Amino acid sequence: MTHPIISFQNVSKRFGKTTAVDNVSLTINEGEFFSLLGPSGCGKTTLLRMLAGFEMPTEGHILIDGKDVSLTPPNQRPVNMVFQSYAVFPHMTVLDNVAYGLKMDGVPAAERRDRAEEALGLVQLAGYGARKPDQLSGGQRQRVALARALVKKPRVLLLDEPLSALDAKLRDAMRSELTSLQQKVGITFIMVTHDQDEALAMATRCAVMNRGLLQQVATPSDLYEFPNSRFVADFIGSVNMFEGTLDVDEPDHAIIATTEAGPIYLDHGVTGATGTTVWAAVRPEKIEMHKRTDTPPKVDDAPEGYNVIAGTVRHLVYLGSESIYEVEITGGKLIKVVRPNLTRWDQEDFVIGEAVWLSFHACSPAVLLS
Amino acid sequence: MEQGWRQAKGMFWAMLTAPLFWLVVFFFVPLGIVWLYSFGENRGLIDIVFTGTWSNYAHIFDLTQPYLDIFVKSLWIATLTTFFCLVLGFPVALAITFAPPKAKAWLLLLVMLPFWTNLLIRTYALMAFLRTEGYINTTYHVLFDMANAVAGGHLGTFQPMELMNTNFAVVLGLVFVNLPFMILPLYSTLDRMDRSLLEASLDLGAGHISTLFNIVVPMAGAGIVSGILITFIPALGSYLTPDMLGGPDSQMIANVIESQFKRANNWPFGAALSFILVYMTFIGIAIQGLLERKDAGRSA
Amino acid sequence: MSDALIKHKTTPPGPLEYLRRWPLQVWLGLVAFFLYAPLISLMVFSFNDSRFTTVWRGFTLKYYDKAFHNSSLIEAFGNSLTIAFFSTLISVVLGAMAAIVLWRFRFPGKTAFNAGLAIPIVVPEICMGVGMLVFFAKILPWPQNLTWPFNLGAIIIAHVSFSFPFVAVVVRARLASFNRELEEAAKDLGASEFRTLMDVLVPHIQPSLVAGALLAFTLSLDDFVITFFTAGPDTVTFPVKVYSMVRFSVTPEVNAASTILIIVTVVLTFLALKFQGSSALTAGHDGGAETK
Repeated sequence: MTHPIISFQNVSKRFGKTTAVDNVSLTINEGEFFSLLGPSGCGKTTLLRMLAGFEMPTEGHILIDGKDVSLTPPNQRPVNMVFQSYAVFPHMTVLDNVAYGLKMDGVPAAERRDRAEEALGLVQLAGYGARKPDQLSGGQRQRVALARALVKKPRVLLLDEPLSALDAKLRDAMRSELTSLQQKVGITFIMVTHDQDEALAMATRCAVMNRGLLQQVATPSDLYEFPNSRFVADFIGSVNMFEGTLDVDEPDHAIIATTEAGPIYLDHGVTGATGTTVWAAVRPEKIEMHKRTDTPPKVDDAPEGYNVIAGTVRHLVYLGSESIYEVEITGGKLIKVVRPNLTRWDQEDFVIGEAVWLSFHACSPAVLLS
Repeated sequence: MEQGWRQAKGMFWAMLTAPLFWLVVFFFVPLGIVWLYSFGENRGLIDIVFTGTWSNYAHIFDLTQPYLDIFVKSLWIATLTTFFCLVLGFPVALAITFAPPKAKAWLLLLVMLPFWTNLLIRTYALMAFLRTEGYINTTYHVLFDMANAVAGGHLGTFQPMELMNTNFAVVLGLVFVNLPFMILPLYSTLDRMDRSLLEASLDLGAGHISTLFNIVVPMAGAGIVSGILITFIPALGSYLTPDMLGGPDSQMIANVIESQFKRANNWPFGAALSFILVYMTFIGIAIQGLLERKDAGRSA
Repeated sequence: MSDALIKHKTTPPGPLEYLRRWPLQVWLGLVAFFLYAPLISLMVFSFNDSRFTTVWRGFTLKYYDKAFHNSSLIEAFGNSLTIAFFSTLISVVLGAMAAIVLWRFRFPGKTAFNAGLAIPIVVPEICMGVGMLVFFAKILPWPQNLTWPFNLGAIIIAHVSFSFPFVAVVVRARLASFNRELEEAAKDLGASEFRTLMDVLVPHIQPSLVAGALLAFTLSLDDFVITFFTAGPDTVTFPVKVYSMVRFSVTPEVNAASTILIIVTVVLTFLALKFQGSSALTAGHDGGAETK
């Protein structure tokens, strides 16, 4: 049984006239690795800072363990934060940094030392206690910040863009290290990031935000396969979007009439009135490309003539494991298609300027109402 | 990247000569002569001979003379001034640092305007408050009369407070004049601090006072020292404020220097007194330099 | 939850929003009162129709009229403006040159030159004052009875000595933001050293030149102590004149004259702010934070 640990209830935050967070309600469960994802300025950091107590909500309530902490100062909240800049105190040794929070809690000196050493061991910095922060690398400083927050055994650990200041190689290593650390200590992690790959790879659940509004809260795979809006579909991964009107809507199938891609057949019903504008979003790897022949290919789960588009290859990017094609269809729209290079010759199957058929299954498009 | 001067000699000399000349001839030469005079003696009415004597400095520390007392008193007044400026100014600097941008600009302006206003005028303005018939005593008089009416005249006749021409007036005047000097360097140090360090401290369970002493003071140490120096040195050398607000026994070093040069005509002694101030300035700068080097080493 | 929608009347202050906490507001209010009450009352009572400055007796401009007809006060004011004008002109040129040399070149003695420039800023005024007194008495006796503006030469020289290092600080702060590649691009495109300087560097530092000029102007206009030691009996500046007026007789005329000078200062401060933001005003007074 999942136990809710954090609960935002209709939380809004305004700075003067700008609304940073707009009526957000969100529940986070104990033990989750939760990610707040969105473009910069979407309000995700403000939400995190409200949870830490650095900003006060303009409206609404924030509950930690069922207790309203909306107005509790940060030093009295059972959460700790790893700052984007790490904020390791430069005038203290590593050990003093880690022990700082315990000292503030009145933990006796000997115990403080032991627990700090233990926390340093946890982040693989055993033996670094006597060093000053300026003798550490950026990655090591981040570990100090992690140890410093974890040593207080917070109910929730907050991470503000934890990987953004690291170089690419270190970032990959730190990703898996953070997830295994989270499993080891069993503390709820909440991470803010603008990097969708990071969120998909690390989080058990993500909240996508845009312009202060919560767009969707779901597991990474649900976000990718079942986005609930054009914003989410577009923000997570890349996508081909077809605008159309809902023509037929039966319990077991639906048809969307589009001008660009012709009629699109879906193998499920859509909860919407026929005649409304909807969007069909198809991921590039879910589109198949065929040599142009006189008869268009038939998709096996849709009637003939559906989900097939004629086009011409315009661009080709060879990426080794796969190739990305941009195919121009009637009306000039460019469709992105990803093809895995299953053999050593696959990248030569299609050339620029070649006429092709594109097709996709009836179960592939995500239908978006907004 | 900086250029070696040989790479553009013409330009280098064209740009360097004038400021260097001015600095040396119209600043260091005058100061140098005063320094030489501080080791000189009066010969006749106008001539001064450099004799390498230390007697002028010895004269300052001669206990039969009032000068050591005045020197100690000046130090004491400057210390008090600096202390009050720090106490008054630190919360102001803190509030400005964390104010929203618009309020910040206005607050800074509010601090700077008096700082740009003529020193003489500011001191003169303060006199209107402190005089026997000044605002403070007038207000006090009104309050006294009201209290007396209630008390049925048992409080006796009104005695105005002696505010002008006292040491109190000098310290008050110096704090009034120097407060912006303290606030600005404090603000500029605090403003350069990474505010996430303060947030980290609060996040880890420290209160505001605890954060102040554990994080802000150690980190802003060099800035605080520079604020102290930037207040202390001018306060120690102030001439106008003790002259206008002080009484006969609130003379400071600068007033003695002035009288040595303009009235007593003992230039060598005046020069020695001046250089006591210069030496103290250099010591202050050295302390600040050391602290800054320590700071730079830390952030590097 | 029904009460989830309850709005906080005003958002409570965040932990670092010190400005929104009442004890600090009270503190700021007291400090502001302390700094401004004397100045504001001085200005208000310059319009008071009474010789005594504590009780309001009605509005009048007669002390302004008196001040404008006090020929020695007007002369002193004229002297002050003349001195400030010439001292500003020279200070801006020297200060900009010093800043550019220090920013642009590596040379032996650079550290010494840099430190030497800082000394006029930090040394107590009285020391510089006696230095100037001795210098113009013994080394370069300034001839008496010269025609205007040469009779003010000694004071102008003294003012330049303490003003141009301030200008150098302001200009250097601005130079720090200059992209050296612009200079290299100009040279790459065929400009000479001098043309590069005038076409690329000077336009970039222009706001700081204006700000530095305003700073130098105000410093000169404000100076009392150094002028007091440098001035001969026939070259009286405004602060020196006001000083003697205050010493020997307190008149509301002084209030009127002071009010005019305060207003001039306020206008100059606003102009400086417009040109270079707050850095122009804190130049040299923030513990050298701007010179790296």
